[in-house]
Formats: sequence, structure tokens, C-alpha cells
Amino acid sequence: MRYEAVLNVNGTDYPVEIEPGRSLLSVVRTELGLPGSKEGCDDSECGACMMLLDGRPVNSCSYLALQAQGRSIVTVEGLQRDGELHPLQRQFLEQGGVQCGFCTPGMLISATALLAENPEPSDDEIRIALSGNLCRCTGYQGIVRAVQAAAAEMAADTA
Amino acid sequence: MTATYTAATTLDEALAALAAGSRPVAGGTDLVVGARQGKAPLPDAVVAIHGLGELYGIVEHGGGLRIGALASHADIVAHAAVRERFTALADASAIVGSHATRNVGTLGGNVMNASPAMETGGPLLCFGAEAVLASPGGERRLGLDRLLTGPGRTDARPGELLVAIELPAPAQPGGSCYARLEYRRQMEIAVVGVTCVVALDGDRIASAQVAITALAPTIVRVPDAEAALAGSDGGADAVAAAGVAVATAARPIADVRASIEYRRAMAAVIAERAIAAAVARARGGSETVPVPASPALHGATT
Repeated sequence: MRYEAVLNVNGTDYPVEIEPGRSLLSVVRTELGLPGSKEGCDDSECGACMMLLDGRPVNSCSYLALQAQGRSIVTVEGLQRDGELHPLQRQFLEQGGVQCGFCTPGMLISATALLAENPEPSDDEIRIALSGNLCRCTGYQGIVRAVQAAAAEMAADTA
Repeated sequence: MTATYTAATTLDEALAALAAGSRPVAGGTDLVVGARQGKAPLPDAVVAIHGLGELYGIVEHGGGLRIGALASHADIVAHAAVRERFTALADASAIVGSHATRNVGTLGGNVMNASPAMETGGPLLCFGAEAVLASPGGERRLGLDRLLTGPGRTDARPGELLVAIELPAPAQPGGSCYARLEYRRQMEIAVVGVTCVVALDGDRIASAQVAITALAPTIVRVPDAEAALAGSDGGADAVAAAGVAVATAARPIADVRASIEYRRAMAAVIAERAIAAAVARARGGSETVPVPASPALHGATT
């Protein structure tokens, strides 16, 4: 049986008709056409599928899409503003935080939640906040630099 | 594959759906992941209970706590009374899965999945937790020792829903710690875990509760370790004797994560860490525990 639902993703309401066992990740990627969030392990281990659910990171591969009705979902596609990259996105590019890019959407979601809660994180706090996101390319150094640089940029913007 | 889905808006609706054969889903971090891993397919009928607001609160009453079954691990770690007086539970909730798991994974889910390696079970058992189970006929209370009957098995009857965990006021002055052996800092589950809760009488330990995790078919207390600590000065000899008692009581299995011999050897090591930290905390020390994956909780970064 399929169920009608409305999912609010990146501020837009999307009506969908889906089976109850479908994950939020699968619906957002294939029904909504937003493929930024990645399916890495499909097992809640790697964090490539992370989205913000009411502002908090969750692994969307293991969250039932129907349970996300009436809540705010943000994917990596929702981070840019008016065609401008989010400071985190720009700094991931500038600081070498991206190699193959598969983990990047989840990293950006985790980092977004971190900076919303803690605008001036230490290196340790960044590493802890990103410890549910696995990267097999960068060695993490560039990613940590990128979050630091974005935090500094965002602090300067609001000063 | 799941065929039918209901989102309960009241407890009565949820209980009616359970009575009709649905299985509950809250954060999905065990149910959905288990299905992906092939452990068990998703149930034919699920009732989503995440909308039941009354199952979220963490309420203090008379020095004790009533923790709603839907309280997330993140909620528990953030709660001041849990951190101050039920520290071992904060230790445990702080290291469940990753941030993403802790944001939606619930205490109720952790308990009712009844894994012998679940992080919160040892602290709850040592703090004398009672499970509050609701059914259309009313509520009943069951000590956690009676609720957990085997790996993945509980004494809950079909149609019953865990709505809260109640913890009595801990003896004061006291302290507690949950420590585990782990191979990585996130997305880990205990290879070996030990909980210790102590109450002091001057320089001596008045009473102690010790429980083992991932070392037996369920989380269980270790009376011999508790006896080794009670009345002692909490010094190295008493801690070592309790560690030996823990290793002796352990009935570990071998699996992909550790052999029987390794688990038994590490049981004493982790027990000594948990006990030493519980005693230090009871004495007001800001003892950091070397194992758990939450430096923030253990004072390293905050």
C-alpha cells in the first residue's frame, strides 16, 4: 500500500505517494530528485546520507520517510542562498576538504549543525562533531581546516 | 516489507494499533537498520509513536527521575540532573552510535531491543530502574532485571508499550560511571561494558551496584563484586577484588568483535576503570574516564 504524504525539504513542500518502508534518503533522492545526499553504507555507519531533521543531523538512510511528515528537512541542496555557496561549502573547496566528494554532503550537514550550536568550535569539537561522518580520501585535515575557516568567515560576517 | 503504517497521535491510538498487531517505531535506528542488515525484515504493520508528546519528558520527582520512553540519547546527555546524579546513564547515552543516532534514537528503543550490549542497560539496572509498560488494561511496573529475559527478549507482553523508565533517588553522597571497551569512538557498541554505582559513608563505600554489559546473555548485576566493594575504602585492593569478581561472573560469547578469552580478560580491566571513576566522582573528583567516546561529557573540552 502507498501513502500520500507531504515532505518539507529545504523550505519547499513536496507531495509524495510512497510505501511505508521507504527511507527518507530513498524518497528524497528518487522521488524528489534531490540526489545531493548520498547512500554510502545504507546502514547508519558512514553519515553520507545525513540530513537535518528539525535542525538536528540524522542518518536519513535509516529514517522512515513517512515519519518526517510535518517536520523540516534540510539537505545539502538547501545550504546555498540565492545561488551563493554557503561559507562551509566554499571553504570545503578552498581548503581541500573535498576529494571524491561522496562524504561531503553529510560532512556539510554535520558541520552546519555544529556551527549553529557552537559558532567558535575548537579542533577537538570539530572532530567530535564530524566523528559520525567517514571520509576515505582526505585524511580529514582539510575538512577540519574548512570548518575552522567557515566559522571565522561567518563570525566576521555577523560582527 | 512493511505494508501498513499508522502515525499515532495519542497513546490510546498507539495501544490500539499494537493490540491489532502493529510494531512500534520511534527513531528507527534499530528497527530500520536491522532490516537493512537482514537481521529481521521490517514488520508488516508499524505504528509510528514519535508524535506522542507525553512520552518525551525527563521529569524529576523526589530526587528520582521519570524518563519518557521517547527521550533521545541526546536529550538524556543534555539533562543536568542526569549528568549530576545519574552520571553513568549520561556516560552510556553519550556513546550510543553517533550524533545522528543519538538525535533520534530513544531510551525506550535501546531498552526494548534488549541487546546484551546495549549501553544504557547497565546504568539503569544499577540505579534500580523500573519500566512502566502501558496496555489497554492499564499500566504495570517491572524492574529492569525482570524485564530483560534474554538476547533481544523482554518480559513485555504483546500489545504492551514501554512509556517511561523510572529511577529512584540515588543514595548520597554517591557517584557512578559506565565504561566500555571500544575499538573506535563513534558508531560503536560495547565490546565489554561495566557500570558501577557507589554510595559513600565517610571514607568508606557504604554500598555498591555493579553490572556487566556484553558479558552475559542479558545485562546482569555482579553480587560478588558489589560485596567486595561494600564496606571497603574503595582503594586499589578492593577495586582489584571487584574486578576479579566481574571477570569470574562473565559468561561472554565469541563474535566478530572479540573472543571469549579477550572479553573475559578485559572484563576486569574495564571493571576497574568504571569502579575507580565512580569512587572518584563520589568523592567530588573530576576524574576523567579513559575509555568513553565523549571527551565533552568527561570534561576534556568543555
